[in-house]
Amino acid sequence: MNQEKPLRRRPWAAGLVIFLGLALSGGGYAAATQAVKTEEVSTADQISEGRNLFLANCASCHGTNGEGAIGGPSLIGVGAASVDFQVGTGRMPGQASGPQLFKKPLQFTQEQISAMAAYVASLAPGPAIPADEYLAGNGDPTHGGELFRINCAMCHNAVGAGGALTQGKFAPNLNGVEAKHVYEAMVTGPQNMPVFNDSNLTPEDKADIITYLKYVDDNQSVGGFELGAIGPVAEGLFTWVFGFGFIIAITVWLGAKSN
Amino acid sequence: MSELEKVYQAGLATDIERPIKDPGIEPHRVRMTDKSEQHARTAEKQVALLFGVSFVGAIIAIWGYFAFPIVAGDLSATRNNTLWMGVGMALSLLGIGFGAVHWAKTLMPDAEVEEARHQARSTDEARAQAVEVIKLADGESGFSRRKLIRRSLYGALAVFPIPALVIFGDLGPVVGDSLKHTMWKKGTRLTKDPTGIPIKASDVTIGSVFHVIPEGLNESEHKLEEKAKASVLLVRVNPEELNEDPAKADWSYDGIVAYSKICTHVGCPVALYEQHTHHLLCPCHQSTFDLANHCEVIFGPASRPLPQLPIAVDAEGYLVAQSDFLEPVGPTFWDIRKES
Amino acid sequence: MSTATEAKSGGFLSGTANYLDERTSIAVAVKTFGRKIFPDHWSFMLGEVALYSFVVLVLSGTFLTFFFQPSMAEVHYDGSYAPLKGAEMSIAYASSLDISFDIRGGLIMRQVHHWAALLFVSAAGLHMMRVFFTGAFRKPRELNWIVGFVLFILGMAAGFSGYSLPDDLLSGNGLRIIDGMVKGIPFIGTAISSGLFGGEFPGTEIVARLYSVHIMIVPALIILFIGLHLMMVVIHKHTHYSGPGKRDDNVVGYPLAPVYVAKAGGFFFLVFGVIMAIAATFTINPIWNYGPYDPSPVSAGTQPDWYIGWLDGALRLAPSNLDVNIGEYTIPMGVMLPLIVSLVFLAAVAAYPFIENWVTQDKREHHVLDRPRNAPTRTAIGAAGATFYAVLWAGASTDLIAINFQVSLNSVLTTMQILLIIGPIIAYWVTKRACLSLQRKDREIALHGRETGRVVRLPHGEYIEVHEPVDEYELWKLVDFKDYQPTMVRPNKNGKITFGTRIRAAVSKIYFEDRIAPVSKTEFELAHHEHAPAIEEKPAAKPKAKRKPKAIAK
Repeated sequence: MNQEKPLRRRPWAAGLVIFLGLALSGGGYAAATQAVKTEEVSTADQISEGRNLFLANCASCHGTNGEGAIGGPSLIGVGAASVDFQVGTGRMPGQASGPQLFKKPLQFTQEQISAMAAYVASLAPGPAIPADEYLAGNGDPTHGGELFRINCAMCHNAVGAGGALTQGKFAPNLNGVEAKHVYEAMVTGPQNMPVFNDSNLTPEDKADIITYLKYVDDNQSVGGFELGAIGPVAEGLFTWVFGFGFIIAITVWLGAKSN
Repeated sequence: MSELEKVYQAGLATDIERPIKDPGIEPHRVRMTDKSEQHARTAEKQVALLFGVSFVGAIIAIWGYFAFPIVAGDLSATRNNTLWMGVGMALSLLGIGFGAVHWAKTLMPDAEVEEARHQARSTDEARAQAVEVIKLADGESGFSRRKLIRRSLYGALAVFPIPALVIFGDLGPVVGDSLKHTMWKKGTRLTKDPTGIPIKASDVTIGSVFHVIPEGLNESEHKLEEKAKASVLLVRVNPEELNEDPAKADWSYDGIVAYSKICTHVGCPVALYEQHTHHLLCPCHQSTFDLANHCEVIFGPASRPLPQLPIAVDAEGYLVAQSDFLEPVGPTFWDIRKES
Repeated sequence: MSTATEAKSGGFLSGTANYLDERTSIAVAVKTFGRKIFPDHWSFMLGEVALYSFVVLVLSGTFLTFFFQPSMAEVHYDGSYAPLKGAEMSIAYASSLDISFDIRGGLIMRQVHHWAALLFVSAAGLHMMRVFFTGAFRKPRELNWIVGFVLFILGMAAGFSGYSLPDDLLSGNGLRIIDGMVKGIPFIGTAISSGLFGGEFPGTEIVARLYSVHIMIVPALIILFIGLHLMMVVIHKHTHYSGPGKRDDNVVGYPLAPVYVAKAGGFFFLVFGVIMAIAATFTINPIWNYGPYDPSPVSAGTQPDWYIGWLDGALRLAPSNLDVNIGEYTIPMGVMLPLIVSLVFLAAVAAYPFIENWVTQDKREHHVLDRPRNAPTRTAIGAAGATFYAVLWAGASTDLIAINFQVSLNSVLTTMQILLIIGPIIAYWVTKRACLSLQRKDREIALHGRETGRVVRLPHGEYIEVHEPVDEYELWKLVDFKDYQPTMVRPNKNGKITFGTRIRAAVSKIYFEDRIAPVSKTEFELAHHEHAPAIEEKPAAKPKAKRKPKAIAK
């Protein structure tokens, strides 16, 4: 029973750190969302700036004309949305090779990203950066929820908490992800995610999905702390570690002799 | 050796003489509350304080109920009354609990006492009397003597519960070949789940995945039962990456393939499609199917490949089924391969 | 209850007591049970946690039945949760959402009910482990072990039937897995599935049927078996840990009234209070997140509650492509292998007391508990079993392990498969060695006393560490335990060596070949004789700071 204390302390501390981390990152995302500018029409200047940035930062893997090379796939026809998603979430430029690219701190300003997006879009037509009307989160959350469960929840979990795929790949957590990036991911199908084109999920459908995710993000859990919204496994662990932590502490106090 | 131990054989137990005699129950340690009346009074106050906390907790819970009435569409009211009623009731319960235990520990006697224990076995006398009773009852009833009664009773007792089993026969219908057929038939359009909008072949771009239900499912009388069998996953793969069975070469359309979404292990929807590896993963038990290779099982507990739905394109360009699935979908069962 | 004893003193209480006793002879019950002795130890409270959780379940469950409607008819939701407004769903799910959002106290009661359920099964499981590792299942308690085992199974049944009632996406997929498993049973599987669901999955019957199971059949059985369980505790009286004054023919502890009335009664409030505190602050099974059941979608992280986890894990760990074809029939081993393994495991758990007794042939009653180290093989078997269970349990969360530790799902599963075989073997070996070492240490202390760390130089130049002998109470605890030795193959009365005898001899060898016998009188005296009296600290000479003279507090 002497080991009981440190055992109980550690998960508490970890939980606190995770909680603080989530709270902070959530706040960060909220701030970032407000900072997104409306998309401007690309100019020739922007395209040439984008080309320069591309040659300096991307061409070694994707080829000098975006035709693809040993390190990376062809970018012809991937569209501005793909660049905005990959670079805008920090996944590109890629770091280490592995089963999947991770989200990282951004390496470029939004202006530079837009320039690169404009350049790649000029190579061949592809999915464009979504219009703001689909990103505001004022659609139908019920329809969005249903579509999310049918098309997305099997990988991303019913409330977007994320999930595992084969061989080390995973579907990331969607909480706090910018609406624009959610939309872009659907139209471009980054990495192993399938593509959800506009005839599969119409732009209105996508706006509804974004509305649903926004509702989940914005509304505090009704029943108390959520334990990561990952379902019964977290609840079971909580019962064993904390529920029984408390109860065994009480039984020990109850059975111990008073001074 | 105690009395109890002498009655029964000890089996493989060894008999080693202990180095000392049992010294008996350890002497009682006197508590502070036993020694000083002041400590006892402090303890008494603590107990009363805890009971007071309980009282306050109950008041908080009642307040929580009335302070936060349900407001339609506003979940913060629900959150608040859940929290405050819960916290109040928890305080109220813990107050009584801690108070009572503290009382027992500090103020009630804590000297260990002993009580004799008797073996479970009844005394020989009682057992003999019990046997007498049974013999008497047997003699008076003639249970052993009258074989005809005894045997007919056994017969009756053996058969009488059977109606109680038979009566449950209508819990479910007799399983016909319903498990081997789905709603799909020749010419049924593939439509989007859940809207039921038909899908054109041109809608399905490479890397796309469509969750598909048969046309007319939403109007079907047994919607969920049909959906549980007929759900399909529609994917377009670069035809060069598709390794098709020559016998099933005309089941797909220009790289567009349709497979049952119901896992052949225990029936979860196998819906996790990886665009580049063409793997389909079941989130329940991790069975993995290789879509580019007739959906054969490459990992996890499943055995049968996912059944393929033969598809074609109709005159208007919509995707249609060529027929029903040619083998049963979903979990494997005993007579799954038997022709019906 | 105490009122009856006050009958003579007059007044309202004694009047009531007199009235009751003249009609019920309650005085006899108070006299018999009022001062019954219960031993005190924290580990004896685990069963109580389960009992109290069950009481909490009945209380909160009763509240829920007033609002829950077990119907699978379709409605359009019109409650407070915006992302489901207008969605098509069953009445069962809609009423569960209403309980959660639109009835004051509904959500807290739902959360209390669910947390209490998780605690109920885990407390029962821990209690079972306590009973196992201390040998409390030995004669005369073998039947009570079976009763407790049945209670554990009933707890799982109660949990699963309740998990499925809200008819949300998570529980619906759970039912679908059950349906798939049932269908896999050779010959009768599809018929059972049809009977269970009233036709094809999901049908419109299952929620109402599970409701009957959940609120009537299973709770009634649990109450019946709890009654049996407690009745046997009263008949046998509680076991106690080995120690001075504690024998097989007595029970040492505190009287029911007043100490245990206050302690156990207070403990009920504490367990309820802990459950309530958790339910007030941590959400459990947020069914609104999962949406209504629909056979097409599924959520990542679809898992059962923890106590079904080991069965789900068994399903995940089955190897690929195991189906067996016999003529035109098929046995899906991806289902049957996990099912058989789980059933064999459960059967072994239920049968263990009888197996051990068959080996030892010890027909005596045992009321003094073994310290786990003093039954090394049993403890090792228990550790192996617990490891086996734990690997299956962990197997149910392979996907979450993979994503949280950023490893490949496939390698997690393969590792688990290997661990399922190797883990129990390692656990057995390590535990047995650890127990034997602890026993050796005990022997050392009993024979030579505790090491004090004080090094003394003797007149003739020898350096020696002073050992302080333990007092007689502690010594008794170290030397008083039951010990067994392996048997040899001997012919029976007819001069034959039966197969059973050979097996028993072989198993007894596994059990008792490596054994550390308790210190005997001869050994003890020899050890004390060897030491020069000058080296040993005389126990009599030292003031015993820890022990105070006997004084009974009034």
